[in-house]
Amino acid sequence: MLQDKDRIFTNLYGFDDWGLDGARRRGDWDNTKALLEKGRDWIVDEVKASGLRGRGGAGFSTGLKWSFMPKVNDGRPHYLVVNADESEPGTCKDREILRNDPHKLVEGCLIAGFAMGAHAAYIYVRGEFIFERKRLQAAVDQAYAAGLLGDNACGSGWKFDVYVHHGAGAYICGEETALLESLEGKKGQPRLKPPFPANMGLYGCPTTVNNVESIAVAPTILRRGASWFMGFGRPNNSGTKIYCISGHVNTPCNVEESMSIPLRELIEKHAGGVRGGWDNLLAVIPGGASVPMIPKSICDTVLMDFDALKEVRSGLGTAAVIVMDKSTDLIRAIARLSAFYKHESCGQCTPCREGTGWMWRVMERLVTGDAEVSEIDMLLDVSTRIEGHTICALGDAAAWPVQGLIRHFRPVLEERILNHRVKRTGKIAAE
Amino acid sequence: MSVRRLCADQPASFAFTPENLDWCAKEIKKYPDGRQASAVIALLWRGQEQNGGWVSEPMIRAVGDMLAMPYIRVLEIATFYTMFNLAPRGKYLLQVCKTTPCWLRGSDEVTAAVKSRLGVDQGQVTQDGLFSWMEVECLGGCCNAPVIQVNDDFYEDLDAAKTGSLLDQLARGEQPKIGSQTGRRSSEPASGRSTLMGGDR
Repeated sequence: MLQDKDRIFTNLYGFDDWGLDGARRRGDWDNTKALLEKGRDWIVDEVKASGLRGRGGAGFSTGLKWSFMPKVNDGRPHYLVVNADESEPGTCKDREILRNDPHKLVEGCLIAGFAMGAHAAYIYVRGEFIFERKRLQAAVDQAYAAGLLGDNACGSGWKFDVYVHHGAGAYICGEETALLESLEGKKGQPRLKPPFPANMGLYGCPTTVNNVESIAVAPTILRRGASWFMGFGRPNNSGTKIYCISGHVNTPCNVEESMSIPLRELIEKHAGGVRGGWDNLLAVIPGGASVPMIPKSICDTVLMDFDALKEVRSGLGTAAVIVMDKSTDLIRAIARLSAFYKHESCGQCTPCREGTGWMWRVMERLVTGDAEVSEIDMLLDVSTRIEGHTICALGDAAAWPVQGLIRHFRPVLEERILNHRVKRTGKIAAE
Repeated sequence: MSVRRLCADQPASFAFTPENLDWCAKEIKKYPDGRQASAVIALLWRGQEQNGGWVSEPMIRAVGDMLAMPYIRVLEIATFYTMFNLAPRGKYLLQVCKTTPCWLRGSDEVTAAVKSRLGVDQGQVTQDGLFSWMEVECLGGCCNAPVIQVNDDFYEDLDAAKTGSLLDQLARGEQPKIGSQTGRRSSEPASGRSTLMGGDR
């Protein structure tokens, strides 16, 4: 188990002071100037060497992403945009960073922004997080007042501004190009790529969009060294990670743990175990609503990292672990997610706009069993016609939970349909 | 996606207060010259707050004029983003989270408690003008599920009884304790922390 001395988010739960004094006591803003003086290349190389993979869901190398920014400024400003539009069902980790450890994010913005030649960062906070947004703004104000941001950030000679921006309730704005559209004052509808944001991002300028957690861990990685961060987790999956454990566990919680921790250990050590004991487990959605569920037989041994979960045809996503015990109506659980994707589709691509509604309607009938057995295969087929046929990954995200259900629990679906039929024919016979 | 339209009854005009105009000017300054449209969500949000919680058609026009945006583009924003309410609402707007993590922890009972206590359908306002409610998608408080957002604040770790008590307090004009209703600080395990044990201040 990870020890407290190796935890990055030492005020995750807000028991200590969130403000600048508390942050400094916890080691934030400690001679940031010296880190900047080591230069852009050193920062990017160190983050690359740490193996940090993006914490927002896709798991792309953070250092590599930073290195895509043009080395030479062609006259257009460079921007860092932080994705704090946390809304993947099951995920509530960035919220704790924003309200309890905001200075880690603000300092991370300066360091990451400097490393990509940016003088400004915009932090896009989801609309519902009103308290968190105010708290973050207060932390930014503190940093300006202390000379940590502004014309001469931390005495480095580098001008750097941080702006807090917010949305108004659209899950799709968590997709990076939709977020940029929204930040420009438009509907949050994803852009076709290429061009990629590193060339044409915010206002047509080179831009990098990173998740809150990815940026907030950067200062600690630079201070303690890439090899320290590499020391946790398996190769290619290094570091520590905030896991959000929700659903049918005894004590749901956020917790920072080592990457590659066994799922069972994570749940039993921190979340008080599955309600009714491990044997009462039915299935887990291991990385937020968008990834396929895995049945107990896989949960028994699977490790919580990108590669291990990919091997079992699921994903680490945001590391939001949604636990479902044997009392769960899995069909209803997934139908509810289908309703979510139907509601959140931006409507731009037809397969997603029409397909999410279609899948939801079929899922609702499968909940009652009012369907034909052949419709299970039809649903699977339609889901593959949505997946991969849309501009952004929302179409995939809508398809995968349904595919996960069919892959592992097809007999449950069939039984529901047969039971419904028996009831119906029974009624007719009685009449 | 959801289909959202402006309500039929619209006021004749809308004007920001002088204080809010100052606030809007500062907000616009966050963005580079010529990129003032970036402030559209913030301005509509402020307008919604000033207008008792909903966005009116004259407000959309006013914001369009302030940002040099065609009205139709501002209308797009107001209808695309679901946190803009397009009709008057109660003093307290309850957003009840129903997505799977909240559902697994009993959001059906919480919703039933809201329904039976208020006696109105989603989107309607109670006769005393105090309450309206709506089902929403994931609020992002999943480790403290089930969650209801009332205006700006999250109320967490709810059940039917605690929901009733929350509504009673609001009806009496009291400010309920924001956050966890079972005494958790934030999202630490209810049984006590398993990590970060020392160093509290």
